Amino acid sequence: MAKIIINHDKVKDPQKIVELCPFGAIDYINGYLSINSACKMCRLCLKKDTDGVFKYVESQRPQVDKSLWNGIAVYVDHLEGDIYPVTFELIGKAEELAAKTGQPVYCLMMGHNIADSAAELMHYGVDEVFIYDYKELEHFRIEPYTAVFEDFIKQVKPSSILVGGTTIGRSLAPRIAARFRTGLTADCTVLDIQPDTNLDQIRPAFGGNIMAHINTPDHRPQFATVRYKIFNAPEKKGTSSGNLRRCTIDAAKLKSNIKVLEINAKELETGIEDAEVIIVAGRGVKKAEDMEMIMELAKLLNAQVAGTRSLIETGWLDPKRQIGLSGRTVKPQLIITCGVSGAIQFVAGMNGSEHIVAINTDKQAPIFQNAHVGIVGDIYEIIPALIKNIKSGMEVKS
Amino acid sequence: MKITVCIKQVPGTSEVEVDEKTGVLKRDGIDSKMNPYDLFALESAIRIKQQFATEVTAITMGPPQAEEIIREAYMMGADDGVILSDRRFAGSDVLATAYTLSQGIARDGIPDLIICGKQTTDGDTAQVGPEIAEFLNIPHVADVRKIIDLTSEHIKVEMDMPQTVEVVEVKLPALITVAKDINEPRLPSFKLKLASAGRPVKRLSLDDFSDQDEMNYGLNGSPTQVIKIFPPPANDDHEIWEGSTTELAGRLFEQLSEKKFLQR
Ligand SMILES: Cc1cc2nc3c(=O)[nH]c(=O)nc-3n(C[C@H](O)[C@H](O)[C@@H](O)COP(=O)(O)OP(=O)(O)OC[C@H]3O[C@@H](n4cnc5c(N)ncnc54)[C@H](O)[C@@H]3O)c2cc1C
Ligand SMILES: Cc1cc2nc3c(=O)[nH]c(=O)nc-3n(C[C@H](O)[C@H](O)[C@H](O)COP(=O)(O)OP(=O)(O)OC[C@H]3O[C@@H](n4cnc5c(N)ncnc54)[C@H](O)[C@@H]3O)c2cc1C
Ligand code: SF4
Repeated sequence: MAKIIINHDKVKDPQKIVELCPFGAIDYINGYLSINSACKMCRLCLKKDTDGVFKYVESQRPQVDKSLWNGIAVYVDHLEGDIYPVTFELIGKAEELAAKTGQPVYCLMMGHNIADSAAELMHYGVDEVFIYDYKELEHFRIEPYTAVFEDFIKQVKPSSILVGGTTIGRSLAPRIAARFRTGLTADCTVLDIQPDTNLDQIRPAFGGNIMAHINTPDHRPQFATVRYKIFNAPEKKGTSSGNLRRCTIDAAKLKSNIKVLEINAKELETGIEDAEVIIVAGRGVKKAEDMEMIMELAKLLNAQVAGTRSLIETGWLDPKRQIGLSGRTVKPQLIITCGVSGAIQFVAGMNGSEHIVAINTDKQAPIFQNAHVGIVGDIYEIIPALIKNIKSGMEVKS
Repeated sequence: MKITVCIKQVPGTSEVEVDEKTGVLKRDGIDSKMNPYDLFALESAIRIKQQFATEVTAITMGPPQAEEIIREAYMMGADDGVILSDRRFAGSDVLATAYTLSQGIARDGIPDLIICGKQTTDGDTAQVGPEIAEFLNIPHVADVRKIIDLTSEHIKVEMDMPQTVEVVEVKLPALITVAKDINEPRLPSFKLKLASAGRPVKRLSLDDFSDQDEMNYGLNGSPTQVIKIFPPPANDDHEIWEGSTTELAGRLFEQLSEKKFLQR
């Protein structure tokens, strides 16, 4: 197996060696250096080691014949035929990757009475849509859905599979990846492809504090999940193209130990996730009454109001309107942050926004690093003045 | 009833930094704690124990130091603890982690219920739970927001879907991952700390598993490879505006109308 060997003769200062590992995986016990099970095989010790103490021994990994796996498949996530936007965003990305490597783009859709919605996919330039239409697939249940996915993969052998990071996608993708003993990279924010069809997958981890570049070099298919609003959907074309293929599967494979007893609609409210324009209030807002000024600006801009965690904790805004790591992720066209410092946990939930304007009195506030326009000023002055400008601008127009 | 809860030790803070040039994680403040999401999983199991005769086992894969979080689980009310620790597990991705855990969990027979946290604060993939269920060939439900009922045959749970809430009944044995607000985890109890002080933590290595093929574990058993880690890119297209209120508000107004945000 791949391992790291310590050449004990070259060790000059054991304590220094211990410190090379950021994970505390090097032990110095009874005068003997060893690597314990905390080792992440990150090989940083090798990079930092100047005395040749460490040696990395590679082992033979099993190889796949990549030529047997061709195409980029997108899992079509939908509710009763209503296809989620993330699916179209993934189709857009799949087409871009496929164009680079000359591969076809496939869609896999499963459910019940879905033929009409599947036909809609034909307006997005997909080469082939595979549908599995069965009563047993009416509701998401993990075993039949995995069985259908498995059937599709065995039949089509796609090289890469993209799945939306929805509730269903995040439950289904790991299950099917494990069935094929292959890799799955979660919540990718950047996807690219190598000529040898290896996917370059970049994703945030540690709550967005670090980015990891991940490959699945020796296994196929390679799976990636991607959240909503990371990529752009292609334009819908007037004409349709590609094939629609109805697939069959042995009914015995659709058995499940899960019974869906009730489906209750959640109260649908206009949330911040779908908003085009968002005004964010932070702790720069001092009193509950002052929220009115934020609300008024939001109304004029046809915007939704959101808050930082610190603001939500005051109780002036519904917790569903919190942006950030422990709140929602948003990607509006325009976001204006008012009295927000720009903590990493906040920024993680909004740095994909198209245009970011930040208003803060403190020129050193970290939010300015992430804003396209940073306005050094007091929200209690700027916002009323802006509201006045907008109102008089409207008068001029009418 | 037997319940196994999967818990992971994670860095005490997610505010790790990466050195831009070397790609090295700065080690300041890397002390460890239990993955906060796993507290909800443990709490769920212990609440079940208060209603049924249940044996709760906490299991973790990690370095020997991870014993600390098993002790913490004892202080919350877990009866038993297992730590899967072996240098040959090093470098595990989700697939290898889930496989190793499934080997450890199934060693004495598959428990009636397995509970995982929704995700971790370090790797942050939310994938380990469903993959364990696949390796054990049992059904799973992810992101459970309420446990409604439990019998010796079934568990009835509420599952959060984007537009709906579904109530599903799952035949046991099964695996669930629980959402973060499913309950209010209790604090470790001093009484249980004393009571569990001498209680052993079972340590298992690859040699204790039914599958002893090294190629299925650690780096060898991991299809994904981390090529590089680096700090998130800062937004480089930014301007700073300073001036009088009238100037600033005026400029912003102009920009918003230019960008067509005022035309609705
Ligand atoms: C920066 C970075 C990015 C990574 N990206 C990926 C990736 O995209 N794909 C991939 O396959 N691997 C990835 N890995 C590796 C992977 O995160 C971990 O190595 C894996 O062991 C656990 O995954 P997780 O922390 O994401 O757990 P999650 O899947 O988020 O954890 C869910 C639950 O599973 C249980 N659990 C998880 N780990 C353990 C454990 N060790 N012991 C007991 N219970 C546990 C807990 O109940 C937990 O709440 C990445 C690692 C790093 C450092
Ligand atoms: C695990 C974890 C998860 C977290 N998750 C989230 C999350 O999801 N979302 C989130 O937002 N936070 C989250 N946080 C908290 C986060 O770290 C910050 O504490 C929080 O975002 C700060 O909110 P704030 O910017 O409103 O307040 P502060 O940091 O107090 O900033 C207020 C800012 O307003 C400015 N200001 C003051 N008066 C004025 C004025 N009159 N005009 C203009 N500017 C003014 C100040 O200069 C300051 O920069 C999390 C923290 C942790 C540890
Ligand atoms: S490979 Fe990484 S984790 Fe392992 S000993 Fe070296 S530095 Fe530590």
